[in-house]
Amino acid sequence: MPVGVFIFLGVVAIISSLGVVLQRSPIHCLLALIMTLVSIGALFLALDAVTVGFLQIIVYVGAIMVLFLFVIWLLNLQADEAPTGGLGLKFFATIAVAAMAAELFIFFSKTRGAMEAANVAPGYGSIDSLAQSLFGQYLMAFESTSILLLVAVIGAVAIARRTIPQRERGPTKGTPTR
Amino acid sequence: MMTVSYSWLMALSAAIFTIGVAGVLIRRNIFVMFMSIELMLNAVNLAFVTMARRMGSMDGQVIVFFVMTVAAAEAAVGLAIIISIFRNRETVNADELKLMRW
Repeated sequence: MPVGVFIFLGVVAIISSLGVVLQRSPIHCLLALIMTLVSIGALFLALDAVTVGFLQIIVYVGAIMVLFLFVIWLLNLQADEAPTGGLGLKFFATIAVAAMAAELFIFFSKTRGAMEAANVAPGYGSIDSLAQSLFGQYLMAFESTSILLLVAVIGAVAIARRTIPQRERGPTKGTPTR
Repeated sequence: MMTVSYSWLMALSAAIFTIGVAGVLIRRNIFVMFMSIELMLNAVNLAFVTMARRMGSMDGQVIVFFVMTVAAAEAAVGLAIIISIFRNRETVNADELKLMRW
């Protein structure tokens, strides 16, 4: 990976992930998150993980983010008046985040080695080599994810459907339409 | 010629993870907290792909595949919970959801 590509993608990823945390409107946060996911996907491609990089774009940006977008649209979420918590929360959160950042940076700075083009086998990161692992060594885990997805679909439908009677719903702002 | 060191990629992953943790801790909108969790999952994915590249093994990428699957399941269930909360309480502010708080 050329150094310029890494610096460009890294700066885009960090700025847009700061945008997720710092912006007030949920839709702007979501757009910043999509930008972060695209730049991380491009980093995957630059790291010779071609299949995973395209899966990142298709699954995350194409499916999961559209789900988020639909929920923003469904709930008609507006910009927060008070996006952050109180001063005490901010104080302790800053200390905790700074401690964790220092810990992670010290830990990860011990990582040795630089990216050389030569030290991967031909076909590394292709669909073929991913499938060899997925349907060989990790077959049981792969089959379990299908059960996980089935359970998640049933659970999501069961949670999100309307079962609570009108009288137990408490005070609402407007008249809900059925 | 200068090449990209693996520790730079790990540092980028650590930075994005830290920003995600800060988002969960500081923001009060449960929707944005949920997005910050997705940010953390992606930072970990980046670390996995970096280390898979360093080891020259496909195992890290297979784990990234599973993390994406679990993230999809988590997004479906989590957004269903957010819809359910919003329908009953008309809010997405975590500070107003204190029914079980002592």
